[in-house]
Amino acid sequence: MSILRTENLGLVYGKGTPFEKKAVNNVNIEINKGEVVGIIGHTGSGKSSLVQMLNGLFKPTSGTVYYNDTDIFANPKELRKIRFNIGLVFQYPENQLFEETVAKDISFGPKNMGLSDEEIQIKVKKAAHFAGLKEELLERSPFDLSGGEKRRAAIAGVIAMEPEILILDEPTAGLDPVGKDVLLSQIEAYHKESQNTVLIVSHNMEDIARISDRVLLMNNSEALMFDTPENVFSRVDELKSVGLRIPEITEITSKLKRRGINLPDGILTVEAAFKEICSLLSKGGKADA
Amino acid sequence: MNQIYAEDLTFTYESDEELQINNSDFVINGVTLSVTKGEFLSIIGHNGSGKSTLAKHFNAILLPTGGKVLVEDMNTLDEDKCYDIRRKVGLVLQNPDNQLVASIVEEDVAFGPENLGVEPAEIRKRVDEALKAVDMYEFRTFAPHKLSGGQKQRVAIAGILAMKPDCIVLDEPTAMLDPKGREEVLTAIHKLNKEQGITIVLITHNMDEAVTSDRVIVMDKGKILTEGTPDEVFSKVELLKKHRLDVPQSTELCYKLRAYGVEIEKLPLNIDDCVDLLAEVLR
Amino acid sequence: MRDITLGQYFPSNGILHKLDARIKILLLIAYIVIIFCSFNFFALGLVVLFAITTVILSRVPVKMFLKSLKTIIIIVLITSILNLFYGSGEPLCQWWIFTITLNGIFNAITVTLRIICLVIVSSALTFTTSPTDMTDGLEKLMKPLTVFHISVHEIAMMMTIALRFVPTLLEETDKIMSAQKARGADMESGNLVKRIKALIPILVPLFVSSFRRAYDLAMAMECRCYRGGKGRTRLKQMKMGKRDVFACVFMLILISGVVLCDVFLSGIIPS
Repeated sequence: MSILRTENLGLVYGKGTPFEKKAVNNVNIEINKGEVVGIIGHTGSGKSSLVQMLNGLFKPTSGTVYYNDTDIFANPKELRKIRFNIGLVFQYPENQLFEETVAKDISFGPKNMGLSDEEIQIKVKKAAHFAGLKEELLERSPFDLSGGEKRRAAIAGVIAMEPEILILDEPTAGLDPVGKDVLLSQIEAYHKESQNTVLIVSHNMEDIARISDRVLLMNNSEALMFDTPENVFSRVDELKSVGLRIPEITEITSKLKRRGINLPDGILTVEAAFKEICSLLSKGGKADA
Repeated sequence: MNQIYAEDLTFTYESDEELQINNSDFVINGVTLSVTKGEFLSIIGHNGSGKSTLAKHFNAILLPTGGKVLVEDMNTLDEDKCYDIRRKVGLVLQNPDNQLVASIVEEDVAFGPENLGVEPAEIRKRVDEALKAVDMYEFRTFAPHKLSGGQKQRVAIAGILAMKPDCIVLDEPTAMLDPKGREEVLTAIHKLNKEQGITIVLITHNMDEAVTSDRVIVMDKGKILTEGTPDEVFSKVELLKKHRLDVPQSTELCYKLRAYGVEIEKLPLNIDDCVDLLAEVLR
Repeated sequence: MRDITLGQYFPSNGILHKLDARIKILLLIAYIVIIFCSFNFFALGLVVLFAITTVILSRVPVKMFLKSLKTIIIIVLITSILNLFYGSGEPLCQWWIFTITLNGIFNAITVTLRIICLVIVSSALTFTTSPTDMTDGLEKLMKPLTVFHISVHEIAMMMTIALRFVPTLLEETDKIMSAQKARGADMESGNLVKRIKALIPILVPLFVSSFRRAYDLAMAMECRCYRGGKGRTRLKQMKMGKRDVFACVFMLILISGVVLCDVFLSGIIPS
C-alpha cells in the first residue's frame, strides 16, 4: 500500500503575473511504506519545491498529496500535525540550530508536538542514537560541535518527532568524505532499524545508487523517471541529455558494454563491478589467480 | 622558481604562552612545502587536517606560530609586506555568498583594485578582463543574489583576478556548489592556469578535482601524509583508504582487480583510461 | 519575499537617471526648503509644476508614484482635516465645535499639496538613483564631516554592505522559518508573549549566521587588500556634466519664481 501519493501535483510561482514560473508540473507518484526513494535532478528541476509540498510547507496550485489516503491539504488546521508525520530535513540543516544544548535543540520538535517531558527525554535519546551522536554530546552547545556532528544533531531534531516518512534535502552537501560516509551509514541504519520510509534528494549519484530502492528523476519540473536505480542508471544517454551524471562505476561498465564486453546493465557499486568482471575473467580463463 | 615556500611551519590557535601546548593543539605541525610558479597544486585532506589553515598562511591572513612562510621571498611575518603579499597571492573562500562586498557584480570585482589605488580607467579595463576570463562578463550589472552558486564563486575569482595576482589559492571553492557550479568553477581555474599561467593552489576534499592537477599534497592531522603527481598519489590506494580518503572509483576498481591477480601496470585515474585498460584486459 | 528590491530603484534610461547622485540629493534638499517657503497658490503652483515635471522626466510609470503615495494617504488625510478645522478668521460654516474658515480650507490644500509634492519628488530620487550611486553620493557629500571626526567612508561602506546582504539575509530568514515550521514551530497563533517566544528559533540562527558571514566577509575584504578609505580609488568616477548644470539652473529658476511669487503676489489670497 502506498503511504504517500501525489495526484496531478503542480506548483506555479507568481501565478497571473509576467513572472509566472512552473516549479512543479503534474507529478503523479506513489511511494510505498518502508522504501528508500532517491530524488535526483539538476538545480531548478523542482525537487525542492516538490518535497516542500510533500510535507505541506508549500501549498500546491493544482492537484494534491495523499498521506495514508487522506488529502493533507483538505484541512489546513491539521497541516502542522502532518509535518510531525512527514519530517523534512532542509539543506544545511545545521543553520537552524538555536538552543543552548544539543538535547534541548533536538527536543524542539517533540515539544511542539505537546509531549510530556518523559516522552521527550526518551525521544531525544532515541533520535541521538539514530543520528549516531554520543551521549556526552547531548549536553554540549550545538555550536561547539564539528561540522558533521552539527549536521547529524539537526537531523536528529527531525527524527525525534518519529515521522513515518523522513525526507532529507541534500543531507551530505558540503561534508568531507568521512562525514558523508558516516552520515549515509547512519541513514541506512536508521532505515533498517525503524523500517520507516525515507526520501533523499541528492546531487551525488554514488550516494543515490548506494542507498535507494527506487529513484525519482525530476526534470523541467516534471517527474521524468521513477524506477529502480539499476533501471534509471542504465538509461545513460537520457540522463546525460538532461544534464545529469551517472555514478562513475556505472559509466565505466556501460562504456565497456558498448565495446562489446558482456556486462549486465545498471551496475551501481565498485563491489558489484568487481564481481562481474572477475566472473567474466574466470569464464574466459584469463585470470591468473 | 618558488612562488610560495613554507618551512617547518607550525600553527596553533592557542596563543597563551603560559598554557602548556599539547602536540594535538597544533593545527599545522611541521609542514615544509613549496609551490612552483605556474603549477596547479591540489591540497587534499579531511576537515580538520589543517589544509584550510595552511591556505590562510599563504597570503598572511594567518601568521605562523613556528617556522616561516615566504611569498616570492617576502616573509609573511614582515608587516610592511602584508599588502604586497596579498596582492600577489589571492585567496578565494568556500562560501560564495559571504565574500562578495558590493551589490553589483562589476563593482564587487572592482573592490580589490580600488583598495590598491588603481586609476579608474585601469580598473575598468581590469574588471572587464577579469569578468571575461571567468565567463561572467554578461552578468556584470547583476546583483549577486540573483546569481547561482557557481556564478557567484566565479565573480569571487574575478575579484581576486582584478588585482593581477601571480597565484590564486582557493579554499574548498566547490564544497557548497551543485555539480554544474563545480564544473564551471573548475573549468574557470584550469583556464586561468593554462592561458594566463597563474599558479593555482586548490584546497579540496574532493579527490576527482585533484586528479586533473599537476601535483597533489595529502594533508592529515596537520602534517603532509604524502605528495607527488596524481598518478603517484592515487596509486597508494591502501594508504589513502587507511586514512579514509576517497580514491576515484576507476582507480579503486582496477586496484581491486590488480589485487585479484589481473596484470595492471598503471592504475587509471579517470573513466576513459579505465575503460581503455579494462577493454584491453577483457578482450 | 525573495524578489524584494531595495530603495525601489527603477532602472530606465531617463535623463534623471543620468544626473549625478550628489546633485540629485542637493536638489532634493533645496526643493524641500522651497516647498515650505511657498506661501501662496502661485508659488505653490510652481512647486507642483516642478513635481509634475520630475514625474514626466523620470520615465518611471506613474503607477509607481501612486504606490508610494498610497502609503502616506492616512497622514495626508489626518493633517489636512486637522488644518481644515484649525483655520482662523471668519467662519464659513459651523457645526458643533467644528468651524470651517476660508483660511482653514487654504491651509488644508496647501498642506496636502506640500506633502504630496514632497513624497513624489523624494520617490523620484529613489526611483532614479541606484542604491550604490546613492551611497557614493552621500559619501561624497558628507566628506566635509570628516573634519568633525565622523568616519564618513566607514559609514558609506557599512551602507554598501548592508545593501548587499539584506536580500541574502531575507532569503536566509525564509529558509530558517521553513525549517522550524517543519519541526512544528507555530508562529501564527497564541498571545503576544508566545509569538515573541516563537521568534527565538528564528532569530538565534539568523544572528549566528550573520556573525559567521561577517567574519567571512571581513576575511574576504582583507584578502582583497582593504585598509579603509585612505588611498582608495573608485571604478565609477562621479563627474558633473552639462545636464547637472542645467538641472541646477532649472532649480534656481524655480527658487527665484517662488520667491518672486511670495513677495509680489502675497496679497491676493490671505495665508
